[in-house]
Amino acid sequence: MALIRTDAVATGGRPTAKVSPAPGRRPSGRWTALAFLAPLVVYLLVFYAYPLYRNIELSVHDYTPRAFVQGDPEFTGLDNYRAVLSDDAFLAALRNTALFTLVSIAFQYALGLALAVFFQRGFRLSAVLRAMFLVPWLLPLIVSASTWSWMLNSDNGIVNAFLRAFGIGQINWLTSPGTALLSVTVANIWLGIPFNLVILYAGLQNIPASLYEAAGLDGANAWQRFWRITFPLLRPVSAITLLLGLIYTLKVVDIIWIMTRGGPADASATLAIWSYREAFGTGQPDFSPAAAVGNLLILIAFAAGLLHVRMQRKEGIS
Amino acid sequence: MSRWRTAVGVVLTGVMLFPVYWMVNVSLTRTGDMRADPPHWFPWDPTFEGYAAALGQQLPALATSLFIGLGTVALTLLVALPAGYALAKLLPRGTGAIDFLLLVTQMIPAVVMAMGFYAIYIRLGMLNTVAGLIVADSTLAVPFAVLLFRAFMAGIPREIMAAAQIDGAGTWRTFRSVVLPLSRNSVITVSLFAFLWAWSDFIFASTLNRSSDTIPVTLGIFRYIGNNTTQWNAIMATAVIASVPAAFLLVLAQRYIAAGVTAGAVKD
Repeated sequence: MALIRTDAVATGGRPTAKVSPAPGRRPSGRWTALAFLAPLVVYLLVFYAYPLYRNIELSVHDYTPRAFVQGDPEFTGLDNYRAVLSDDAFLAALRNTALFTLVSIAFQYALGLALAVFFQRGFRLSAVLRAMFLVPWLLPLIVSASTWSWMLNSDNGIVNAFLRAFGIGQINWLTSPGTALLSVTVANIWLGIPFNLVILYAGLQNIPASLYEAAGLDGANAWQRFWRITFPLLRPVSAITLLLGLIYTLKVVDIIWIMTRGGPADASATLAIWSYREAFGTGQPDFSPAAAVGNLLILIAFAAGLLHVRMQRKEGIS
Repeated sequence: MSRWRTAVGVVLTGVMLFPVYWMVNVSLTRTGDMRADPPHWFPWDPTFEGYAAALGQQLPALATSLFIGLGTVALTLLVALPAGYALAKLLPRGTGAIDFLLLVTQMIPAVVMAMGFYAIYIRLGMLNTVAGLIVADSTLAVPFAVLLFRAFMAGIPREIMAAAQIDGAGTWRTFRSVVLPLSRNSVITVSLFAFLWAWSDFIFASTLNRSSDTIPVTLGIFRYIGNNTTQWNAIMATAVIASVPAAFLLVLAQRYIAAGVTAGAVKD
């Protein structure tokens, strides 16, 4: 009974989810807990830590396909990284990655936020329409990517047919170097809008309606309400949305690979595509540089994560 | 005012879902009309030849995907359910490290995981096996599943569990007979997402399973595009069929996600 009472007191006013239950009263409690946790720990070690370790190992050896099977590669230290960084294709891939990622998350966020604000005030059918917006997020990527490929097809695509009606000539969206990156970016923005909408909409629900009422009494218009209330109060949610968007977009392979395979002539090759192509895209798998590029990608994502944590902390202090 | 918003909302949704409409439209278009100019905006004269071709050629791939999806769900639940329980109820402190690890897992590109698995599978002879693909696909869902179960199980009132313990139930028994039944909604949510992610996976399939006879449907579509660029109605018909689980999830999980969130908040 005492246990129940303390819990009831501890729970008072706070969501139960945050309450720490009393752990291991009995000495055996800790072992039981570890037994329940063991499958996950083993799983993380075998299926995350080990592949990651293998990946680092691949990147500091010279794994030819033959050495790959026989397991006797030559140790080359950081040579693979040096080769990758001094490759002419590296700067181009870095630039494509930056453009693809930043343009994608900027538009996904802006459009997702605009839609979230639009849906913030419920209206007839709003719940149904909001659910429909999830569709691009739920579809298998191969489905979306092949649909976009056909829509952007030079000769028979609906996009060019539409433009023709306005007298605009044929644009080779996926096959000309000038538009390939733009095309996959547009498709990726379309894919990312639902995720941004869902998170930002949930964030909007936590802004107290009384603030808007008070602002309304003070005569603030919709524009002022957005910039003075919605946007500042949504900042933590915005930060995590953008961080996750960055992490997810950096590693995108499928949508680009299916639509353009990084081409034409590397015009839409990002770092992730480069890595994928070296390892699996050609008849001659070249795992060592691919692993080096992959590890650079992890470093970039990790740096973004650290930056996010630092900014959060700064905000907490000020 | 409200009616005006509804009208704008319908138009926006229409624009957003136009590619989905176009996929369905093309899947019903006759091969002869595929290159018509201007394209047919509506399948006035629909044909099911695309669907017939899709089912004729992709049925084994669909079955493989179904099997891989179910296997992934089973493996994900097996690993994540006890872990969620331990993190939520048995080990409330010192879980920061696991949280951090689970977030870091999100930063690893799938291509890096694919290379790691490839290097391991080539030694174990697990390349081009369905089991290998199930294990790889489960890595997409396990971090999400652990975090969701932890959040959900933390919301189960201690009173209920204490009552079970007073009745003499041990930790395992409490887990099985009290916690699991109460976690039904979160189990369904996790299962649906794990299934969908495994069903949709392209990267692991195209790397670990690329020279196999038993390929999942995502790879089936990819090969279709490569081999057969004239029959876009068949490609789009396969895409429509491959989208069925997503539609299913949209209708079902809407409810279960909402249920999971509200059930997490305990009323006392």
